[in-house]
Amino acid sequence: MIKIGSLAHVYEKGRRIKFPDWEIADMEQWLLLGASGSGKSTLLNIISGLLEPSQGEVLINGTDLYTLPARGRDRFRGRHIGIIFQRPHLIRSLDVLDNLALAAVMAGLPVDHERNLSLLHDLGIAELAKNYPDQLSQGQLQRVSVARALVNKPDLLIADEPTSSLDDENANQVIQLLTTQAKDNGAALIIATHDRRVRDHITKTYLL
Amino acid sequence: MNIFKISSKNLVRNKLTTILNIILVAFGVSILSILFLASTQISNKLEKNAKDIDLVVGAKGSPLQLILSSVYHIDYPTGNIPAKDAYKLMQNPMVKRAVPLALGDNYNGYRIVGTDSTFSNLYGLSIKKGSFWHKDLEVTLGNTVALTSGLKIGDFFFGAHGLTGNGDVHKQHAYQVKGILKPQGNITDNLILTNIGSVYKMHEEKHVEGHSNISEGAKEINDKQITALLIQYKSPMSVILFPRMVNQSTNMQAASPAMESARLFSLIGVGIDTLQWFAIFIMGIAALSIFISLYNAMKERKYDLAIMRCLGASKSKLFFLVMFEGVLVTFIGACLGLLIGHVALEVIGAYQESSQAKLTGLTAVPQEVYLIWIGLFIGALASLIPAMQIYKVDIAETLTKNS
Repeated sequence: MIKIGSLAHVYEKGRRIKFPDWEIADMEQWLLLGASGSGKSTLLNIISGLLEPSQGEVLINGTDLYTLPARGRDRFRGRHIGIIFQRPHLIRSLDVLDNLALAAVMAGLPVDHERNLSLLHDLGIAELAKNYPDQLSQGQLQRVSVARALVNKPDLLIADEPTSSLDDENANQVIQLLTTQAKDNGAALIIATHDRRVRDHITKTYLL
Repeated sequence: MNIFKISSKNLVRNKLTTILNIILVAFGVSILSILFLASTQISNKLEKNAKDIDLVVGAKGSPLQLILSSVYHIDYPTGNIPAKDAYKLMQNPMVKRAVPLALGDNYNGYRIVGTDSTFSNLYGLSIKKGSFWHKDLEVTLGNTVALTSGLKIGDFFFGAHGLTGNGDVHKQHAYQVKGILKPQGNITDNLILTNIGSVYKMHEEKHVEGHSNISEGAKEINDKQITALLIQYKSPMSVILFPRMVNQSTNMQAASPAMESARLFSLIGVGIDTLQWFAIFIMGIAALSIFISLYNAMKERKYDLAIMRCLGASKSKLFFLVMFEGVLVTFIGACLGLLIGHVALEVIGAYQESSQAKLTGLTAVPQEVYLIWIGLFIGALASLIPAMQIYKVDIAETLTKNS
């Protein structure tokens, strides 16, 4: 269960955003909506432990993220939260399978190649396992980054505008993948978007 | 899959930069290692050959030339000294051992040295095959001479006048090989030893008349000339007195191998210093190049590193990752440099004309370990500032920015 309470963030320029309280039960799927500049990315960064809020708390399965030391927070993020960015950033010097393995290594977990291969298989990109990122299309890259977010069986899957750089067909597929994979892997899902194509798939919304 | 693999994969991805940096480090290190090896070997050789020789007495001229010709057998002798005067010095109470040398001929570039049994005592020579020379025109070969010339015991050969080349061959007398020395690891490996009488015999039509016989001893030498006298003192006290006595009261000069080879080495030293600075300069360039390439790569790698942070890597882990890349490059470079240095020196040694001071790449000196450490240090130094960037990167901003 994820819970944020009395959360507020003050930007460097002095602008202050107050976030409404939010509770996400296990395996729930939510949309995070809001106009651009409303603080969607800021909230996602706070929830994923990348950005310390000026005020308030973030509880993930009972762990208060911001009471952890920085190193512990990095590790917690690696093990419990899978993040998918708008642009699929993969490490270019590593092939697809190594990129997945990296997720486990960086979180300090053992590498499970079979699981990684079956993830790729589920996402329909098993044949790309030995390819390097610069040989893949945007859609394929986004799938790999979905797979990477799932490698460590996270409790929470966070996607920031995952469809904005994809065409209709790819966008639909990625949404399908996210919802079904989150379900199959037992993870809660938050998608931040202003993309209408996403809204049809998920009903719960949190509006900023 | 670990930090090492990530680093090396990244290095492989940027092949050209990596290779350039490795070559720069290797170049610097190889020059330094050649310098270390060569100077150690040369000074070792110089010391080894001059071991137990406290003083050389010869004709007046350049003291360095006297040492080079009669101890290292490189240069031409300064001239001859009257055997009678040399004999007087040999009887001096300060002298423990005195070895007369008569030079002047060679065989295929190997010097024929006329001397007596004190020579083999001085150098601690022992026989591998056959025996020492006894009579005129009998010779004992140094090990290297025997190996390269192919001469065997019982063979005859003609010596040539002069110290190099086969121009003026002494056809009237042939030397006979009586024995071959064990390898000594010093200059005697490259010498052909005989008695002084043989040398006189060779030159009797030209310079001297009559003949001498080693069994009749020094008296026979009286009216003749020899080239130099190698002297060992009875006590260290003589270091001050004896050379002064020789230089002031006789028509000969005394030169100390220790002093002259130190002087020689200080002359070579200027060149070594220059090369050393050159190599350090190259290492500096290598450090700069590694720094620039890592620093530039950081702009591109910011995303990679932010992603790794997102995946749970701590800042210190990534700091180590970047440092490791720099250190890995210089480590490979340093090892490669040592290898190149040794191979190059071995090749130089193989093509070297002068057999007296042959260099080899097959030995190592302890300073070379420092070279590896220096390499690691340079790598760490060059990657320090790029690695510090890790602490500055704002992951959230880097990854959300639409770049």
